[in-house]
Amino acid sequence: MTDIAIEAETLGRRYSRLLPRRRVNWALRDCSFSLPAGRVCAVVGPNGAGKSTLLSLAAGLARPTEGTIRVLGQGPGDVRERLAHVAQNKPLHGQLTVIDTLRLGHALNPARWDQATAERIVAQGDLDPTATVRSLSGGQRTRVALALALGKRPELLLLDEPMADLDPLARHQLMGELMAEAAEHGTTVVMSSHVIAELEGSCDHLLLIRRGRVRLQGELEDVLASHTLVTGPADASLDGHTVIESRTTGRQITALVRPAGPLPEAHEASTPTLEELVLSYLREPAA
Amino acid sequence: MVEYRIDRRSGVATYLQIVQQTKHALRLGLLEPGDRLPTAREVVAATAINPNTVLKAYRELEREGLVEARRGLGTFVRRSLGPATADSAPLRDDLAAWTKRAKESGLERDDVSALFTSVLDDLYPFGGDHR
Repeated sequence: MTDIAIEAETLGRRYSRLLPRRRVNWALRDCSFSLPAGRVCAVVGPNGAGKSTLLSLAAGLARPTEGTIRVLGQGPGDVRERLAHVAQNKPLHGQLTVIDTLRLGHALNPARWDQATAERIVAQGDLDPTATVRSLSGGQRTRVALALALGKRPELLLLDEPMADLDPLARHQLMGELMAEAAEHGTTVVMSSHVIAELEGSCDHLLLIRRGRVRLQGELEDVLASHTLVTGPADASLDGHTVIESRTTGRQITALVRPAGPLPEAHEASTPTLEELVLSYLREPAA
Repeated sequence: MVEYRIDRRSGVATYLQIVQQTKHALRLGLLEPGDRLPTAREVVAATAINPNTVLKAYRELEREGLVEARRGLGTFVRRSLGPATADSAPLRDDLAAWTKRAKESGLERDDVSALFTSVLDDLYPFGGDHR
């Protein structure tokens, strides 16, 4: 196993579709980051930020327009059997039954396939294994897609909005399965989500993407500790500190800052939660 | 065996919740020397928290001499924490008398709780178990 799960350098991806007035459409640009192996990484950002593009570049489903991405120490195309990618639309064969889908998973990954795990995940869902995938609900299909991905026993699991259409119990169960997989096999998990509260507690690494660029990244604990949420009188100066976002209500100001030293005494300071941090960065005015 | 209950909105760091709940189980005698704590896999499968959080909690308990990790076998309880009731009966009586006085002087439950917490914070400034 390599120490670095994903390493991207000035990674960019432009979609070559014809756009009106020759506008160039960069889905991702100038992305550089390094994700250590064994982490559970949250990829967050607004709609259209480039999260899915990043995940499909890492999965080797798309090629970078510029820059490089290395996955488990190699090019993404060379490590296909060591990674699993669950796209947002959960592509599966609709005419296959659940059992046959797992059988196909086994046939395609004969060396690593873990039938017991795949079956356990399907069984938790209380769905008919002889039903065709087409007849399943969206959430049930997600469960089958995750069973297939985990059954592959990957070293790197790339999940694009995996929990979006699951009920609360299924979310908890499947997040638990993901964490158990990480605990037992040191699997690196990279997952995009809009439900920040869900990521808090499960993730230990953060990659925040905005407008196709990495805005913030690092170990979650460090990222949170380097920011302070302050409330105080609106006229007190925050000069010298990096203010990510601030809001003034009457005489009071609430701001997320990266302090460059001691903050003014008049301010009440606290460590932000992941949700507070992410919301502030998403509200941050465009540079 | 204990089962951990994680409250993500409590403001208490997740690993500390595990530390506190383990100590609580030791005080109540739900865990005794020689008992095995659940594995990180078992905890995260049930709670969906990050495995490193569980390991951090267990390291903390180990540092305090309450448990020991045995390679390949798991994490085991080394010593119990005496039940709080045995030798603290006189203290409890004092507290009950004080609480009664507070009630008689017209304090509401929340007032008493706030008062007690403020004295507790004064006398245990580092808050040991708090955050």
